[in-house]
Amino acid sequence: MNLRETIKEIVKDHLENQNGLVMGQCLTAVGWVGGTLPEIYEDGGMVELSMADVANGGFAVGAALSGRKPMYVIRYQGFNWFNAPIIINYACKSNEIWGRPCPLFVRSIAMEGAIGPVAGSSHHSMYFRMPGMKIYSPMSPNEYKLTYSDFMKGQDVFYVSEHRGSYDNCDDLIDINFDNPHYVLFPISITRFDAVKASHELIKEGIKVSVCHIFIIKPFLPSDESLDNLKNSTYGGCVIDDDYVDGIAKSIANDLANITGNKVEALGLEDKSAGFAKDVDNLPPDFNKIIAKIRSVIT
Amino acid sequence: MILNHALASKIYEAAALNRAFEVSTFEQMKLGSIKFPAYLSAGQEYISATLSVAFQEAGIEQRQIFIQHRGHSTYLSFGGDINKLVLELLGDKRGCANGMGGSASIHSLEANIFGHDGLMGSQGPISTGMCYANKIPTLCFTGDAAVEEDYFLAAIGWASTKKLPIIFVVEDNNLSILTEKKVRRNWDIHDVAKAFKMKAYDINDDPEEILNCLDTEKGIFSEPMLLNINTNRMFWHAGAGIDDPDIFDRHKSFGENFDSEYRLTVKNKYNNLVSKVWKQYL
Repeated sequence: MNLRETIKEIVKDHLENQNGLVMGQCLTAVGWVGGTLPEIYEDGGMVELSMADVANGGFAVGAALSGRKPMYVIRYQGFNWFNAPIIINYACKSNEIWGRPCPLFVRSIAMEGAIGPVAGSSHHSMYFRMPGMKIYSPMSPNEYKLTYSDFMKGQDVFYVSEHRGSYDNCDDLIDINFDNPHYVLFPISITRFDAVKASHELIKEGIKVSVCHIFIIKPFLPSDESLDNLKNSTYGGCVIDDDYVDGIAKSIANDLANITGNKVEALGLEDKSAGFAKDVDNLPPDFNKIIAKIRSVIT
Repeated sequence: MILNHALASKIYEAAALNRAFEVSTFEQMKLGSIKFPAYLSAGQEYISATLSVAFQEAGIEQRQIFIQHRGHSTYLSFGGDINKLVLELLGDKRGCANGMGGSASIHSLEANIFGHDGLMGSQGPISTGMCYANKIPTLCFTGDAAVEEDYFLAAIGWASTKKLPIIFVVEDNNLSILTEKKVRRNWDIHDVAKAFKMKAYDINDDPEEILNCLDTEKGIFSEPMLLNINTNRMFWHAGAGIDDPDIFDRHKSFGENFDSEYRLTVKNKYNNLVSKVWKQYL
């Protein structure tokens, strides 16, 4: 079962067996959000909201206060600029200030390529800087199951940073560890796939590139093994993200550098607006860019 | 709902508690006991006092209430613990919002009153979403300024679309800090609500007018409703000061329905109660 089908199954169970809700815009339109939603309508808990993004975030927060653990679907992560305010300022603070949990599962979906200055890529950094939530970016079926399980076990607000490019994936993404690597990659979201490819490519030349996947972004708790990789790395490492580079990527890079004393850089979306046409788009670091980065460091 | 003498007395007493509390808070602010901005609801007490008494009369026990700043009277009218409110205003961890809410973000788990985060009007969509999810009668208090937030308007629209058991109560004191409504907009919120196909009224904070809007035969929450209730803020937006010493005072006016001896008895009763609570924690 691939990730798309896994999400669909989880959502179906959430509605049919957990008294849950799924809320969002254009859920029941053609495609059912990339095939990740079962064909269930409002009487079954699939709630079509109005086109008022800011208010919709508030509706989802209110539903979360009721204890029904709603899933709130944001079809393009960039739409969080409208959807996030009440989630971040109410849901994420409610338990700390008032002792009222407000467990909300934000399904925020990234994609990119020819979709302009707002809609494209991941925008998890805008949540990352604020308190009171967990941020997971599952790219495999098992990671998604763990994400949902963690959500249902607790009372936290979850920002689930999805990427449409991962929906066909069936496989786990396993860390690649070397005892004394030349370099270490810490990729997030869709960049994880090309980071693995880059490592496989460079080992053909004898360049050892470890890959320590970042699936749980917040709280960021690097494994001992990943830290050992970095400590023993000849040229340090790099955090790679599908969001703008001046966000999570640099923040985590700074943390890793402070912990290990080794140099850690950051790659992400460039500090520029994205246009629709190919030559003015702003895409996440891909295989070629990652390879180029590594070569520039180790040569 | 008909305003008889017994009901009027209950409303008067509820308002008297609120007034005593706000006057005493005003004094504590002047004395420097309160270290952050406090938003006093004196002058506006009859809105929450009347609605809370009406709910009691109608036997509405299960309800959820959303408030924002200037909510002390709402908190007290709907059963919030006065001790916890005083502690909150003193920044004490035993306060109703764990000492984090100050005056603006008070709440009560016991009374099912939901606090406010500070984004003006966010309680509009939040209350609507909660009401949608559990269908429990919901009261959403707001002010004439917060209701201008675009997301609040969207909440009215969605509540109407989904025919939710919710009442939006706009405490319209005509002021955003000191900027009058006419400077900010050329429309009225009750007209907007009607345009959203919601039952809506523009009334004064006279208990009789408020009660007349509540349809006890069909059920107070039989359909979504917006009440724009014109009222007066007696004190500054925040802090211990008076903008207009001659402003109309509903408490004084409504008190004229009762004899002076009763008024004095009620006043002393609640002044003593409030003063005792403050003394306990100062």
